[in-house]
Amino acid sequence: MWKFIVRRLLITLPQIVLLSVLVFLMAQMMPGDALTGQVDPNVSPEIKEQIRERLGLNNPWYVQYSDWVTGIAQGDFGQSFRFKMPVTELLGQRLANTFWLSLVTLIFTYIIAIPLGITSGRYNDTLLDQAITGYTYLGFATPLFIFALVMVWVFGYQLGWFPTSGSVQPGLTPGSMDYVISKFKHLLLPALSMALIATVSTVQYLRSEIVDTKQKDFIITARAKGASESRVYNRHILRNSLLPIAAFFGWEITSLISGTIFIEQIFGYPGMGALFLETILLRDYSVVTALVLLFGTASILGALLSDIILSLVDPRIRIK
Amino acid sequence: MGFLDVEDLKIHFPIKGGILNRTVGHIKAVDGVSFSVEQGKTYGLVGESGSGKTTTGRAIIGLNDITSGRILFEGTDITSKKSKTKDVKKDIQMIFQDPYSSLNPRKRVLDVIAEPLRNFEKLSKQEEKKRVQELLELVGLSPESILKYPHEFSGGQRQRIGVARAIALKPKLIIADEPVSALDVSVQAQVLNFMQDIQKELNLTYLFISHDLGIVKHMCDEIAIMYKGRYVEQGTKEDIFNRPQHIYTKRLIAAIPDINPRNRAEQFKFRKEVQREYEHSYDDYFDKEGLAYGLHPVSETHLVALPGKG
Amino acid sequence: MGNELLEIKNLTTSFRIGDGYYAAVDDVTLTINKNEVLGIVGESGSGKSALAFSIMGLHNRVKIEGNIMLNGQDLVKMSNSKLNKLRGDDLAMIFQDPLTALNPLMEIGDQIAETLLLHKPDMSQKQRRTRVIELLNMVGIPKPEYVYGQFPHELSGGMRQRVVIAIAIANKPELLIADEPTTALDVTIQAQILDLIRELKEDIHAGIILITHDLGVVAEMADRVAVMYAGQIVEIADVYSLFENPLHPYTKSLLNSVPAEGQDKLHVIQGIVPSLKNLPRTGCRFAARIPWINESAHEENPVLHEVSPGHFVRCTCHEHFYIPEESKEEQSDGVS
Repeated sequence: MWKFIVRRLLITLPQIVLLSVLVFLMAQMMPGDALTGQVDPNVSPEIKEQIRERLGLNNPWYVQYSDWVTGIAQGDFGQSFRFKMPVTELLGQRLANTFWLSLVTLIFTYIIAIPLGITSGRYNDTLLDQAITGYTYLGFATPLFIFALVMVWVFGYQLGWFPTSGSVQPGLTPGSMDYVISKFKHLLLPALSMALIATVSTVQYLRSEIVDTKQKDFIITARAKGASESRVYNRHILRNSLLPIAAFFGWEITSLISGTIFIEQIFGYPGMGALFLETILLRDYSVVTALVLLFGTASILGALLSDIILSLVDPRIRIK
Repeated sequence: MGFLDVEDLKIHFPIKGGILNRTVGHIKAVDGVSFSVEQGKTYGLVGESGSGKTTTGRAIIGLNDITSGRILFEGTDITSKKSKTKDVKKDIQMIFQDPYSSLNPRKRVLDVIAEPLRNFEKLSKQEEKKRVQELLELVGLSPESILKYPHEFSGGQRQRIGVARAIALKPKLIIADEPVSALDVSVQAQVLNFMQDIQKELNLTYLFISHDLGIVKHMCDEIAIMYKGRYVEQGTKEDIFNRPQHIYTKRLIAAIPDINPRNRAEQFKFRKEVQREYEHSYDDYFDKEGLAYGLHPVSETHLVALPGKG
Repeated sequence: MGNELLEIKNLTTSFRIGDGYYAAVDDVTLTINKNEVLGIVGESGSGKSALAFSIMGLHNRVKIEGNIMLNGQDLVKMSNSKLNKLRGDDLAMIFQDPLTALNPLMEIGDQIAETLLLHKPDMSQKQRRTRVIELLNMVGIPKPEYVYGQFPHELSGGMRQRVVIAIAIANKPELLIADEPTTALDVTIQAQILDLIRELKEDIHAGIILITHDLGVVAEMADRVAVMYAGQIVEIADVYSLFENPLHPYTKSLLNSVPAEGQDKLHVIQGIVPSLKNLPRTGCRFAARIPWINESAHEENPVLHEVSPGHFVRCTCHEHFYIPEESKEEQSDGVS
C-alpha cells in the first residue's frame, strides 16, 4: 500500500508542476503585464522599459517562471492590478469562506445521499425508489444557477429566513458566538442549494452500487450462513457499496469548485468563486492566475485523495 | 518441413512493480515450446489454468506478441513482420471458448459470419448472403436464421455460428480454444461430432486446446501436456494415455473421474498412489524453480521432460 | 427405515416471468437419508439448482408449493427468521464459483467466523478463532493462522473453494448441499476437492446433495442418483443400477454423449433444452427430443414407476427406447 501511495504522490508532483507551467504560460499570453495599470499613462515608454528591465519582465520566460514559482512558494502571488493590493491578502479571507462553504456543502451532500441511496437501492423498483429516482432526474435536469436563484428568491426574499448576501452580519466581533452563528446562517442556504443538486449523482451512484452488490454471489453465501436481512445489508452490502462512494469523495471536491463559482455569485457570498468571476470581468489577470492555480491544485489533490482513500479501504489495492 | 511448425516459442509478459512501475521480472507464460502438426490431424494441447496453452494458441493466430521463437505455417515464418501475413490470416481461424460472449450481440448472424468474408473477399450482397446461408446449412442451422441475433440461439447453436464464422474463408488450420467447455454435455457432443465431420469434409487441421482429458482423448491424434509454460510430455494418444511417463501427466490422468461406479475404490487408491509418487518424486521431475526439464525422446513419437541424461 | 433426513414432497418452485408463474421444479418428491450422498444430475435448465435453492430458502420472489421436511419441520412454511437459525447450522451449502462466493472485502477468517457467531453466540472471540483455524486445517489449507487474515483475492480458486467448504461445515450441518462444487476448478484441484468432501462426510456424518452435470463426478461420489429433466425427476436409482442399467431415454442419451473408450461417434440429443417458458407441461417432457419413438409409447401423464426396488423411472417410453444407429441430428436442429 505504501508503495502505491508513494507512487501516486510521485505522479502528483509533476502534475502540479505541469499545471503551474500551463497557468503561467496562459497568464503570459494575456494582454498587458504586471506594469499595466500600475504606472501613470503619461510616463514615457523609455522609462517604462527601464522599470520593466528592473522588475525582470524582459527576462526569458523560464527565468520569469522560476521567479514566479519562488514567489508562490513564499506565499506571494503578486499584486492585483485592480484592487491594488497583494493577491495573497485578497485571497486570505475568501479562501476561508469558500472552505467553510465547501465543507458544509459536502456534509449536506452525504447526509442527503447516503440515506436516499440506501433506501433507493435496497427497495429498488418500489414506489419509494421511484420517488427518489424521480428526484435525482430532476436534480440532473435542473441547472444549479437557476435552482439557486429560486432558493434565494423563496427563502431569502419571500420568506426572509436567510440573509441574501455577505458571509457574516457586519458589526459582530470575530470569535464571538453570535459571529459564528451569523457565519453559519449565511452559508446554510448556499450550501443546501448546492448540496441538493450535487447529491443526485452520489444518490444514483450509491443506488446502482447497492443494486449491483445485492446480486453478487457472496450475498447468497451470507444468506446461506443464516445471516438476517439486516445483517446482510449492514455487513455485506453496505460496506461493499460504500467503498466506491468513499473513493468518489476526492472527485466531489472538483465538482464543488465549479459549483461555488455560481453559488457564491448568486448568494453574494464573498468567496473565491465570486472573486474568480469578478476578476475575470475586471481582467485582473494576476488574481485569475492565482485562482486557476489554486482550483487546479485542489482538483489534483482531490484525485490524489480519492486514490489514497481507495487504497486504504480496499484490500485488493491495499495488499500489493 | 511440416504444415505447422512451432520452434522454441517463448512468450514472456513483463511484471510491473516497484515505486516507478518498472519491469521487475517476467512471467514466462510460454517458455520454449516446440511442436509440429500434420495437415488434417488434430493436435491436442492440454493443461490446467495458467499452463500457457491458450497463450500458445493465441500467439499462432497473432493475438499475442511472441518474445522469441518462430512459427512456420506451410513453411513460411508467420511471426516475421516482413512476410505477407494477410493470406496466412485467412488460412488460420479460431474458435473461442465462450459462445455467449464471443459473438457481438448487436450483430445479426449474417453480419457475424460475413465479417471475415468482407475482410478478405469482395462479394456482392447477393453472393455474400448465399455463402452465409451455405455455411449455416453446413453447421446444421436453418438458412432462414441469418437475420436473427445471437441471443435467439442456444449455447450449442451459438458455438456453431462461431464455427461457421471460423470456416467461412475455408481455412486450413483452426485453433479451437476450449470450444465446448462452456456447453452442456449433450450440446458438447453435438459440437464435437460436428467438428469431426467438417474436418473430414474440408481436410481441416485442428489445434485443440482443452483442460478436459476425456474430450482430448476423443478428438486428438497427438497430445501435448503443458505445465507452467513448458511441455511436460508429448506423444500420440496411446503414448499419453497408455504409457504416461511424467508424473504430472499421470496425475492429470488419475484425476479424471471414472464413469464406472464399480471402479470407485480402485480409482481412489490409484489417485492416492499417484499423489504419493508425485510428492515423493517431485524433485526428479521438476527443477529448482518447479518447472519441467527439457524434452527427451522415449520412443519415436513420445517425448518426456526429464532431467538431462548422462 | 427411520433413516430419512430430508423429505421433499410434491415440491413445485415457480418463477415469475412476465405475467405468469412457470415451474422450474415441478412436483419433485425425494428423500435424502442420513450419511448418504445423493447425486442430482441434469443439464442447465433442468431445475437442479432451483431445487437446491428451494431447500435452502434462498430464492426470493418465487412461489413454492409442497413440503420440505427436515427433522419434522417444514422448511417451506417456516418464517425467515426461523429459517435463518437453520441455515448455516443444520443446513449448509457449497457454491459453484469460489471466485465470487466470498466477500472480497472481508478477511477469510472473519467470513468463516461469521457462521459461528450467528449460530454459537456463546462462543468467545478467542474460541471462535481457534475453531476457525481448526476448520482451515480440516479443509487442508496450509498456514491457517496466516490465511485467517488474508483476503479472498490472495488465494487460488482451489483454496477459495476450501474456504467455502469450511464455511459450510463450520457448524457440522446435517444436510450439506454442494451445487456444482468443482465445475469452476481444474481437474487435479477437482480431484482434491472431491476427496476432501468424501473425507469430511466421514467426519461430520452429513447427508449430502451433490448437484452436478458431470456424470463422472456422480459415478465417483454418489450413493444414489436422481436425474432431472425439465424440472422433473425422470429417473432415480442407486448409483450402480443407474450406471449399469440406465432406463430413461434421457439418462441413456446423456451417458452416450460423453466420450468413452472405443466410442467413435458421440450420441447427440436432438433439439434443445426448452426454456422455462416453453417447457412442455403435459405428456412426456422428453418426447420432443426422441421423435423416432412412437407417440403411443409415452404415457399421457407420465409418473415414476418403481421398476426394481429403489429404481424409479418416469414414463413408459423407456420400454421402447433405442438409440438410433446414425444420429440424424443435423436436419432437425434448425432454430424453431
